Amino acid sequence: MTATLACSPTTGPTFTGLRCKECGHPYEAGARHVCEDVCFGPLEVVYDYEAIKARVSRATIEAGPASIWRYRDFLPIAGDPIDVGTGFTPLLKANNLAKRLGLKSLYIKNDGVNMPTLSFKDRVVSVALTRARELGFSTVSCASTGNLANSTAAIAAHAGLECCVFIPSDLELGKVLGTLIYNPTLMAVRGNYDQVNRLCSEVANTFGWGFVNINLRPYYSEGSKTLGYEVIEQLGWQLPDHIVAPLASGSLFTKIRKGFDEFIKVGLVDEKPVRFSGAQAEGCSPIAQAFAEGRDFITPVKPNTIAKSIAIGNPADGPYAIDIANRTGGQIAAVNDAEIIDGIKLLAETEGVFTETAGGTTIAVLKKLVEAGQINPEETTVAYITGNGLKTTEAVAPAIGEPYLIDAQLESFKQAWQQAQHAH
Amino acid sequence: MAVQVLIPTPLQKFTNDEASVSLEASSIDALIDALDGRFPGFKARLCDENGKLRRFLNIYVNSEDIRFLDNQSTPLSPGDEVSIVPAVAGG
Repeated sequence: MTATLACSPTTGPTFTGLRCKECGHPYEAGARHVCEDVCFGPLEVVYDYEAIKARVSRATIEAGPASIWRYRDFLPIAGDPIDVGTGFTPLLKANNLAKRLGLKSLYIKNDGVNMPTLSFKDRVVSVALTRARELGFSTVSCASTGNLANSTAAIAAHAGLECCVFIPSDLELGKVLGTLIYNPTLMAVRGNYDQVNRLCSEVANTFGWGFVNINLRPYYSEGSKTLGYEVIEQLGWQLPDHIVAPLASGSLFTKIRKGFDEFIKVGLVDEKPVRFSGAQAEGCSPIAQAFAEGRDFITPVKPNTIAKSIAIGNPADGPYAIDIANRTGGQIAAVNDAEIIDGIKLLAETEGVFTETAGGTTIAVLKKLVEAGQINPEETTVAYITGNGLKTTEAVAPAIGEPYLIDAQLESFKQAWQQAQHAH
Repeated sequence: MAVQVLIPTPLQKFTNDEASVSLEASSIDALIDALDGRFPGFKARLCDENGKLRRFLNIYVNSEDIRFLDNQSTPLSPGDEVSIVPAVAGG
């Protein structure tokens, strides 16, 4: 067991504490995530936006490093960050996919090539482990559907922190291998993610560890705001008209919105309406179901989908995601596993981007919304791709054909080439 | 044989810092009342004024969310493990 140190920096240059998102009750910025004195609502970081406004401009940000730390005044850290080059991933103008779908202006924010572990989770973990170190933790942990385990193990290795992570036992091999290589202690739990998450909350009660998505969650989740900032900056300091992002816990979705709102608040970008649409897999779609039924509360489900990275049946930020979709005129839709595989293939064939199942879900929902007339072809639309396809090869392996096996002879190639012409 | 209840850190101030307590109860509602009997004020933290479990708390019986069972009417048997967990975690 590892206890926290007594001396913890509870403020930073631009943040002053924590506050309950529901009732507003204030707390010191320690390792805590719920409003324990009143309502158990989620805690959020409180910033001094006047201080941020005085410190940042487009020019200061542009002069910063090509990573999330160019936005460090908007992130809840007190000192120097753990910088593993996370963030500032490509925003790709997706002309081929746009043409295929009938859109005029489509972009892919490609966090499948984020550093160091090829998913957006590197953003949240970079922030969480920086804060974990500041709060005196020497062991860090998480409940993960795979990508988070990869990221926590990798960045903990770089930072010299002890690491014990928890995953469901049925994850894809790439996600398991991509964690074990960093030599953490890896617990594969017999059960689904929601059971893993519940177990981790119990472990967090008795082990003095920094769980990035439990007692460090207020800091961790702020890392996702950088996906909002980067898109604004990469669009030439403009907001898009519509974004589509995958929904697991709903946290990413709410933090992209917060990132947009903060840049508006400090005057870095002109305000305009942005529609927020969310993507779920039918086999785990508690947020889409609640949205469709006009509910503001989530009824949990038991996941059954190939999209394991977003298979959260009891999503913590589901109600907030629904609120954002409703307020912005967006949609929350679900697609089945076959559509998800088609989405992965469509993005790869049209744009050269190989995403995992969560990205396939996003592209499939994008397609579905366009076909339903819910995305205006004139809108500048950004689809968030959050993970890399090489981690979930099992999902697509049966659906992508095989190579032509030939001899090293011209005639053998010619025969195969003829076959290939017929096949295509 | 009683029911074992796992107490989350924020509520351990009621239980003299005990992470686990043992109680006799035949349902979740009865358990909440029993907890309040032993640790006065506990129910008001768990439930709203109508006795309904707060939105940001989940209760599990032998690892199953009571929303998949019979909510607060879920029956309990001796030896069951009940876990009270703040809902906002993960993702």
